[in-house]
Amino acid sequence: MAVFARPRQALVIAGALGLALGATACGTGSSTSSGNNTNADSAECAPYEKYQGHDGKKVSIYSSIRDIEADRLDESWKQFEECTGIEINHEGSGEFEAQLPVRVDGGNAPDLAFIPQPGLIQRFAERDQIKAAGAETKAMAEENYPADWLTYSTVNGTFYGAPLGSNVKSFVWYSPKMFQEKGWAVPTTWDEMIKLSDTIADSGTKPWCAGIESGEATGWPATDWIEDLMLRTQTPEVYDQWTKHEIPFNDPRVAEALDRAGTILKNEKYVNGGFGGVRSIATTSFQEAGVPITAGKCALHRQASFYANQWPQGTRVAEDGDVFAFYFPAIDPAKGKPVLGGGEFVTAFSDRPEVQAVQTYLASGEHANSRAKIGDWVSANNKLDLANVANPIDKLSVELLQDDSSVFRFDGSDLMPAAVGNGTFWKGMVEWINGRDTATVLQGIESSWPK
Amino acid sequence: MNFDFAAQAPKLMMLLWGLVAFAVVVGGLLILLDVVPAFFARRREAQLVAASAGGGVPLPRRTKPREGLFALFFLLPTVLLLMIGLVVPAIRTTLLSFMDGGSQNWVGLDNYRWMFAEDAIVRVLINTLVWVTLVPLVATGMGLLYAVLVDKARLESLAKSLIFMPMAISFVGAAIIWRFVYAYRGEGQEQIGLLNQIVVSLGGEPRQWLLDSPLNTLLLIVIMVWIQAGFAMVVLSAAIKSIPADIVEAARLDGVTPWQMFRQITVPSIRPAMIVVVVTISIATLKVFDIVRTTTNGNYDTSVIANEMYNQAFRYGQNGQGSALAVFLFILVLPIVIFQIRNLRQQRREG
Repeated sequence: MAVFARPRQALVIAGALGLALGATACGTGSSTSSGNNTNADSAECAPYEKYQGHDGKKVSIYSSIRDIEADRLDESWKQFEECTGIEINHEGSGEFEAQLPVRVDGGNAPDLAFIPQPGLIQRFAERDQIKAAGAETKAMAEENYPADWLTYSTVNGTFYGAPLGSNVKSFVWYSPKMFQEKGWAVPTTWDEMIKLSDTIADSGTKPWCAGIESGEATGWPATDWIEDLMLRTQTPEVYDQWTKHEIPFNDPRVAEALDRAGTILKNEKYVNGGFGGVRSIATTSFQEAGVPITAGKCALHRQASFYANQWPQGTRVAEDGDVFAFYFPAIDPAKGKPVLGGGEFVTAFSDRPEVQAVQTYLASGEHANSRAKIGDWVSANNKLDLANVANPIDKLSVELLQDDSSVFRFDGSDLMPAAVGNGTFWKGMVEWINGRDTATVLQGIESSWPK
Repeated sequence: MNFDFAAQAPKLMMLLWGLVAFAVVVGGLLILLDVVPAFFARRREAQLVAASAGGGVPLPRRTKPREGLFALFFLLPTVLLLMIGLVVPAIRTTLLSFMDGGSQNWVGLDNYRWMFAEDAIVRVLINTLVWVTLVPLVATGMGLLYAVLVDKARLESLAKSLIFMPMAISFVGAAIIWRFVYAYRGEGQEQIGLLNQIVVSLGGEPRQWLLDSPLNTLLLIVIMVWIQAGFAMVVLSAAIKSIPADIVEAARLDGVTPWQMFRQITVPSIRPAMIVVVVTISIATLKVFDIVRTTTNGNYDTSVIANEMYNQAFRYGQNGQGSALAVFLFILVLPIVIFQIRNLRQQRREG
């Protein structure tokens, strides 16, 4: 060994160099501490007074929000950061659902997470891995959000965090231009919608476009169909029993909803505009699924409000534009307007005062309006001023959320345990589209419900 | 997209730190490895010199214990890392497999019972069985055939590198390439998938290849064979080349046909290499995850154990069921590993 005199020298040099570099890296790394608390007493900062006193503290947030949406979030709490001196580090991940439990189990939990699945909140709560929301957060949430929204993040009587953004799923996208040219009217009841579908099908065009491919999450768009139809063929009470597994998953009432969805999704006459037969739904990505509308290859596409961001560049989303959406009609309008939606909840994994301050602030009207002004955002926060919502679809969504006649229910698959809601329900829908019969699919999902 | 160095500064800094840490730790270890034995050697030398010079002074006791301590110093990190990275997780996984989804209550053998009772999981087990029987056989067979055919042919190295190239592609990369091969576009549209384009130009209708079981599993197996055949070919080709020339010549003089040459000379001579190839591919196949995940995500009855294990443990929050699948996979790999070790020992004894 001792013969390698030269490499040894090299190693010594490398080691010394490493230490030197390390020292300089250390010097630059910690020079970011901010001194921007100068305007804390200005008028702009008045609304943030109650969150002050945590200058220089850091709060980490983990969520599934990425890219431009994440930039907008960062911008939305900029004022808050400047006035309170709290530094918010937001990290978005495409693998959020799978990675969050791994990080939490591994002792590397973020301070706050925006969890879009009440089922996941429940799982963390049952394992004592999340912190109950503080009294101030709770008061703020109770003041600003409808009571039923708060129940989604409440487990065994403990409240874990307020909602943040929301989306409305009960929309059918269409092209106002095409409708006008062909003389079609926007349907307001289920029967009108079916009649319109038949008219379009008779004219030689496939009326509906659909696609449920979404990588790991393939199948979720079909679960939205089923949930929307559970709300339309059954009462909201039955819907609640279904999501809580108080009725079995293969209950005849669920089968009825599935079969009703099948009258559109599994109808070769109706689907799948521009893509192929019924089974092409399984392999069409949800992002691309509605796009044939812009080429006139289909007329209708049921998808949530956030689909507004999926249209090709240059497509004008407006009531008189290239594309727009109408409310997915109820079967029996006398029972009110069922609205299916989703949203994320701000849950905490640590209860330091600055974390609670951020959690409270995110539940406030200030944040909701600050975020809405930047664009493309919907929230059930009742302090949200409709004037701050520019996008017409978002406006429609907020109106539906604030409409007294709507019967709002949260996305069912997100309420169910992950094994079903993120697993067999998605997979079951894929098999169902691929040709498996309703009874077998429902039986399979039922048997996978965790005991 | 432009790469903004300023925006990426924290990540680059992290990268730099990683490199620094690596240099310090590995460099430090290497220096230690170099300096300490040299120190011991020099000291013993000095003692020997002193002993021979002093004449009457007895030879010093050999400093074995301290050198043993030094050996232990290097063994310890390895043992420690093995414990942290392999032994402890293996024991923990086994324990978790006897607990419920939240890892809180003991449930006995329920998870294993579930594995064999649930139709969907039985399907997964059957698929894995199909994979592990077909891939090693087909890949080794094709590799062998190719190695024999191409042996001593013109442009041999070029022909070999063509087959070997898929080995250089990651499983995910390969799966993405083949997903395009199997891609589907509706009738009347421009086909972007090679397979469907061939079908269409022959006058057929485009098909959704990955939707029909069991055809889809076989099509996924093709991907694995495509990757592994090159590996088999390279190893077997080397083995063929090392068959002693005099044996081949003797057989030629005895007037064997090519088939007899293959059956009675080539195959018996390269048997050890073939076993290594089959065993290696079998283990790789049992663990296959990336190909299934990337192409079908386990939908349409194509899931395999590793994919299902990941889903259960990390996506569905069913730690118990995921762990049970992991343990089962471990048990399946075990006999192959034991066979391989015994085989290696036997060869060493014979050698």
